[in-house]
Amino acid sequence: MPDGNVETYVLGGAALFALGLRGLLIHAHLVRKAVALNVMGAGVFLVLVALAARTPGALPDPVPHAMVLTGIVVSVCATALLLALAERVRDETGRAELPEDEP
Amino acid sequence: MISTLLTTLLCAVLGATIALAVLAPGSGSRGLTQESLDALAASGVSNPVTAVLLNYRGYDTLLEIAVLLLAVVTVWGLRVAPARGDRGETDRPLLASLVRLVAPVAVTVAGYFLWIGSFAPGGAFQAGAVLGGLGVLALLAGLVRVATLDVAAVRVALAFGLLVFVAASTAAMVRTGGLLAYPPGEGGTWILLIEAAATVSIGATLAALFLGGRPGACPPREGGGDA
Repeated sequence: MPDGNVETYVLGGAALFALGLRGLLIHAHLVRKAVALNVMGAGVFLVLVALAARTPGALPDPVPHAMVLTGIVVSVCATALLLALAERVRDETGRAELPEDEP
Repeated sequence: MISTLLTTLLCAVLGATIALAVLAPGSGSRGLTQESLDALAASGVSNPVTAVLLNYRGYDTLLEIAVLLLAVVTVWGLRVAPARGDRGETDRPLLASLVRLVAPVAVTVAGYFLWIGSFAPGGAFQAGAVLGGLGVLALLAGLVRVATLDVAAVRVALAFGLLVFVAASTAAMVRTGGLLAYPPGEGGTWILLIEAAATVSIGATLAALFLGGRPGACPPREGGGDA
């Protein structure tokens, strides 16, 4: 990414992380929590890629790029597990919210 | 409402702190670009990201494949695949025809990504994602049915990547004494082998995760629960 735009991406990534965290804490519905977690993940990946672009030289740093690839795969697995858990909670209790979060 | 406002405020403060910490002058480093490029010739591939994933940080990728398998085992252990996995082919004939057309293209694209990963952006995860998408489409279209699924073959496909990766790392350790230290000059071959097995596994894992539970009927538990 062009020099001088790194700040934009870092700010965007941090904003996504903060928004996702807020959504995770505030919403009671498990699927909304899973979506918020994914938004947090997207923010983290954006910050990592911005960090990779900040290094001097023409080529970006490949190590954070590899971390992002790993992170994407792991976040897909975590989301799948979260959704399976949410369905199991709904099978057992009839609601897609944890008992302590129910209004 | 107070707690909502407080949460929003605290999250905003956290976001600002993260941004400040990353953007603060003097917090940057040279990164590992130069070291990665210097060792690229000896790594066996010419794409630096693939070299990082499969060579310099190969151990991380090994554990990541294990995480994929762990996720499937856990999801399959939680529930039995819901009945929507048994949708018939005639329910959505248009989608079924489309998937039949797309399937060979998807497999070719996956093979291309796997091969090109050594020289350009690509690799096992991208190829595995394409295969996983094909598996999801096939499940949605009813071309793959839970009732007629060869579960043993699916289990082999799920574990295949991790088995090959562990076998390769053990063989490399036997030959050169270092975990995942490929013999010099052969790095490219080992990486391609590991990536090929990982591609199959990743595709199978993503489709199995989409299934949402283990295939097969489970006798109903006493005291309620899922069917």
